[in-house]
Amino acid sequence: MIDFLLSHPEKIVSPLLNHIYMTAVTLVISVLLASLLTVLAAVIPVLGNILTAFFSVVYSIPSLALFALQIPLTGLGRTTAVTVLCAYNQYLLLGNFLAGLNEVDPGVREAAKGIGMTVMQELFLVQVPLAKKALFAGIRLAVVSTIGIGTIAAAINAGGLGVLLFDGLRTMNTVKILWGSLLSAILAVSANGILKWAEKGVSG
Amino acid sequence: MNNRRMIAIEYEQVSKQFSKNAKPSVDRVSAQIEEGEFITILGSSGCGKTTLLKMTNRLLDPSGGRIILFGQDISTVDPVTVRRRMGYVIQQIGLLPHMTVEENITILPKLMKQDRETVRSRARQLLSMVQLDPDTYAARYPSELSGGQQQRVGLARALMPDPKIMLLDEPFGAIDAITRISLQNELLRIHRETKKTFLLVTHDINEAMKLGMRVMIMDKGRLLQFDTPHNIIRHPADPFVEALIRSAYEQQSFWEGVQDD
Repeated sequence: MIDFLLSHPEKIVSPLLNHIYMTAVTLVISVLLASLLTVLAAVIPVLGNILTAFFSVVYSIPSLALFALQIPLTGLGRTTAVTVLCAYNQYLLLGNFLAGLNEVDPGVREAAKGIGMTVMQELFLVQVPLAKKALFAGIRLAVVSTIGIGTIAAAINAGGLGVLLFDGLRTMNTVKILWGSLLSAILAVSANGILKWAEKGVSG
Repeated sequence: MNNRRMIAIEYEQVSKQFSKNAKPSVDRVSAQIEEGEFITILGSSGCGKTTLLKMTNRLLDPSGGRIILFGQDISTVDPVTVRRRMGYVIQQIGLLPHMTVEENITILPKLMKQDRETVRSRARQLLSMVQLDPDTYAARYPSELSGGQQQRVGLARALMPDPKIMLLDEPFGAIDAITRISLQNELLRIHRETKKTFLLVTHDINEAMKLGMRVMIMDKGRLLQFDTPHNIIRHPADPFVEALIRSAYEQQSFWEGVQDD
């Protein structure tokens, strides 16, 4: 395995960087989107239920099928991969965000309302800080899931660590398969760790 | 102008039905509360007293009737505006756990972009008024305070915008008997000092009679009697009121009996 790394470093490093890039782009877009949808759901509670139901249906579609379905719209490549990964993440993020915000003590929320906070003030000054743990848990879950599902994206030419896995499978090259699996696992574990560390920083 | 004081709160046939087939939680309540009065609303749990209070600051909206504050029908006023004009104290939690005492008291005026220094000095003044030393307590978190101290902070926060009306929903419900008595006395003192209109909900007849200049007695959503403690005790208007008073007497004679032994 080390021989392979030394003889073809670019065959490992480039898919890895690609994977990190894909994950980062997906994370930023999906967190922004989920935050926006969460705010909308706070204003219009029915919308939260509709969105949750919709994205749970999306999430139940196997990834390869969803990638294939998206190809006519955005073609082969990274855009399609990121679009699909963001759609999957909405289920995880929105679900965790809404559940976390709703779990804030109803007495505290009523007090916030009772002293004259608007819906937005209650959301950002009371619910978000008190639900920080659940919000971060949702983000960590989404990142790990993105890294995992992202390997399938190689099937639609989006690159990433999936390239190593698929190549390895096609040519029966165990070393490639091992490198692909090992690196996605390491990536997932370290992303989780980094986010946990960031969470501690935010909580002060 | 005549000598009569202004009407602060007027309930006009106010009803609340939470669902179509349910019995009304509040059933055609009509009452007038004058400015500067200390009114207590007394009743057992589920009698509609908290519902009536929450309709007063639009945490709930009536399904029938009108509520008029200083001549203005509150259904025409934005709920957030209604709430910012009133002080609101609820039992137990009430305080925002992630904010210090000072932040809890000053959050609303700060959001309304009032001058920071003025707000700060008023917060300190109010802490002293509720007998909490600002230097000791301003920077503490609610979890570092006793139940009684938390309720003092809740009181200071409600007084912050200098509201004309104070709504208190069983503020001493979760507080031990000794602390409760001293908080009750302080509430009376604050009422005397501020001359605000106080509306306090309680299920404790002793508390209702001690604090209220007039007492609203509610049962099953209806307002049974609204009068001074003296008149209620002398002339109970309803068998339920009579039973309530008898229960208080029985408790008292128990204590007297123990003393005589």
